[in-house]
Amino acid sequence: MTKLESKVPAGHISEKWTNHKFNMKLVNPSNKRKYTIIVVGTGLAGASAAASFGELGYNVLAFTFHDSARRAHSIAAQGGINASKNYQNDGDSTFRLFYDTAKGGDFRAREANVYRLAEVSGNIIDQCVAQGVPFAREYGGLLDNRSFGGAQVSRTFYARGQTGQQLLLGAVSALNRQIDKGTVKLFTRREMLDVVIVDGQAKGIIVRNLVTGEIEKYAAHAVVLATGGYSNVFFLSTNAMNCNATAIWRAHKKGAFFGNPCFTQIHPTCLPLHGESQSKLTLMSESLRNDGRVWVSKKKNDMRHPNDIPEEERDYYLERKYPSYGNLAPRDISSRAAKEVCDEGRGVNGGDAVYLDFSDAIKRLGKKVIEERYGNLFEIYETITGENPYEVPMKIYPAPHYTMGGLWVDYNLMSTVPGLFVIGEANFSDHGANRLGASALMQGLADGYFVIPYTMGDYLATYKPAAVKTDHPEFEKAAKEVKDLTNKLLSIKGKRTVDDLHKQLGRIMWNKVGMARSEQGLKEAIQEIRQLREEFWKNVNIPGSGEDVNQTLERAGRLADYFELGELMAIDALHRNESCGGHFRVEYQYEDGEAKRDDENFSYVAAWEFKDVGNWELHKEQLVFEYVKPSVRSYK
Amino acid sequence: MEAKKLNLKLKIWRQKNSNSVGSFVDYDVQVSPDASFLEMLDELNNRLEANNEEPIVFESDCREGICGTCGLVINGHPHGPLPKIATCQLHMRNFKDGETIWVEPFRAKAFPVIKDLMVDRSGFDKILQAGGYISVNTGGAPDANSIPVPKDAASEAFDAAACIGCGACVAACKNASAMLFVSAKISHLGLLPQGQPERYIRVQRMIKVMDELGFGSCTNTYACEAECPKGISVTNIARMNRDYVRAKFTSKIAEV
Repeated sequence: MTKLESKVPAGHISEKWTNHKFNMKLVNPSNKRKYTIIVVGTGLAGASAAASFGELGYNVLAFTFHDSARRAHSIAAQGGINASKNYQNDGDSTFRLFYDTAKGGDFRAREANVYRLAEVSGNIIDQCVAQGVPFAREYGGLLDNRSFGGAQVSRTFYARGQTGQQLLLGAVSALNRQIDKGTVKLFTRREMLDVVIVDGQAKGIIVRNLVTGEIEKYAAHAVVLATGGYSNVFFLSTNAMNCNATAIWRAHKKGAFFGNPCFTQIHPTCLPLHGESQSKLTLMSESLRNDGRVWVSKKKNDMRHPNDIPEEERDYYLERKYPSYGNLAPRDISSRAAKEVCDEGRGVNGGDAVYLDFSDAIKRLGKKVIEERYGNLFEIYETITGENPYEVPMKIYPAPHYTMGGLWVDYNLMSTVPGLFVIGEANFSDHGANRLGASALMQGLADGYFVIPYTMGDYLATYKPAAVKTDHPEFEKAAKEVKDLTNKLLSIKGKRTVDDLHKQLGRIMWNKVGMARSEQGLKEAIQEIRQLREEFWKNVNIPGSGEDVNQTLERAGRLADYFELGELMAIDALHRNESCGGHFRVEYQYEDGEAKRDDENFSYVAAWEFKDVGNWELHKEQLVFEYVKPSVRSYK
Repeated sequence: MEAKKLNLKLKIWRQKNSNSVGSFVDYDVQVSPDASFLEMLDELNNRLEANNEEPIVFESDCREGICGTCGLVINGHPHGPLPKIATCQLHMRNFKDGETIWVEPFRAKAFPVIKDLMVDRSGFDKILQAGGYISVNTGGAPDANSIPVPKDAASEAFDAAACIGCGACVAACKNASAMLFVSAKISHLGLLPQGQPERYIRVQRMIKVMDELGFGSCTNTYACEAECPKGISVTNIARMNRDYVRAKFTSKIAEV
């Protein structure tokens, strides 16, 4: 049985990473070019890792299912990136960023990882500025900051409402430079469908060429997955259409444990649903909560125009319930509060939406300042809804956005399969049960630029993994399995479309494994997911063949994995008899509706080992808190 | 309380692969005015799949106008008739009941059709790989505030950096020129102090690759700026041309 070893180094938390960097083995420069590393995914984590490996002299094979590395979904992050630079002189420090992140995660993350994240956060900003990332600046030419949820200091660096785009273009430019130099070879329009394990070590991947349909094999000395999160299991989420869990799920089925699958984040500020044909939910950056005030009517089913609802009849419920953080309360808390007032019937016109109002900020600061801060977000809003947020309050509602859970990794970011590393949103490591705003970009780049370049060297120097070729029987076997699965999907020829089935799965997940979960609901969800999975394998229809572009086949393969992952999310949520962060079990709450955590019984990472479809074994990594004391997480 | 649906006639380009000849195929659809253009195509595809017909291949990802994946020519305009949005941000309330809508892929010699509405834009990345970066390794960067950048310069660099690499500028241009795209990257880096050391070698290398890939020349029609979803300005092209001329006449770097 695989034992979970976190491999957290000894010593004081502020010295762990420094000591570890010194103690890790190195690969000498002339030997680096003898090693090949596969990186799957070219978002912030993948692009920064691949570029950094290339700079060090490794041979890198990078893969993306997009037509270009720059399309990865990191590009859509709007608000910003945290770093404890303390440029504002407002009392920020590595320890404070660490503390805020650990507390924000509701004490369900590994302390040492979170500290390291805070420790390297400043280097990320330096690196990005050197690459030419055009961050917002003050008139004196120095960098500007804004505030984000869950923090009382201004530590968020931003580039208008397009921070993710600018950071990704920076990381991709570093990647392009290595492609130019020949250290990185980029394979576009390739979807990873399996990881190949030889003698217990990850040695390569199987991909489908999305243009020719060919199943291709690639070998390396180590494999890095940087393939993002799994919010699209809900069908409707803020994730891009093609975001999927297939790479991590196939790796999970090959032996990588899955950590805390039920920790999913529902983002409080998204556009509400417009109808059945809706394909995704659009995020409105959390940064809007710096100046926007969230409210609903005090009356139920209030059909009045928002501008006709007088001040005294409005309930600014976040300011009322959480006076010290107000509209900047963390995401899980803000989302739940929105659901609560809407469930009471006090949402916009009695429906599922709340107001985000800028009229006070416009009065205070003037329209020009608001336009400068949020202009492009206001434009996006108007394009989609046809309403002008300078005049009418925005309507918002929570939507699935980010998954804190992911493949379990140790301190070195290696999964339970030696040689298989997992970085960025795809791993479970840094955000516990809830991620703070502007921390995803920070983690992706921390992992890719400043952590994995070191820990990879240690793995290669310690394990000295042997080179294998793609004609090895394990590669043949894995490729055959992938081909068989493709043929199986194509041969069902049933009556239902992939999207119909996915929407149905999404509704189960949203209603029963979403913002509020109950024992009964979760048990029902597990049964319903299993039934629907059976229906999928009997009755899905995929037109066309596997021999050229077939987007339905791509979506069907991803959906097949969601059916298994969705069940595991429900199982994990059912076993965790507490409420923490994004995981809210209605049975476990205080009288005022706040989440009731159970540190005595659940202060651990749930790492699930795949046995068979519908059958997992639970392993636990106990969490030890030496530097932050788990307390009731109050933002009042 | 969904609004009344629109009845539309779509004429959509279907093409099996890059070697075959394509043609327009007619489809009738009913769609909510609140749906986006791509959601209308999703619904149509779902209907085709239910009838076991091959759905229309088109690309999209973020559906928020930032990833640059989507790109259709709608009634003759890249990204449709409205200014400054990507195809995914176009909503059906902008069309009239009974209207006929023509849907085509981006067309350019350097953007061959892969299937239906999906094209190969890998040429853009080849240009960026020829110097569209600042040479800095991970690690040795100085403190971020050690190089002050005037707010105006940062802001102007940002305006150029807002390019999403969708290719609408090429599709809009009668010469299929990539000058707006290339000049946006040249400007973004060239306006910042960090981009100065490689400024003149960068412009020469990128333009050389751009020409080799079969993109056309700029004849100042400004169609690119008019169709750009991010409103990237043609002044970037002028800036690139100035840098290029200066590089050719004054730069000590003769070889590119």
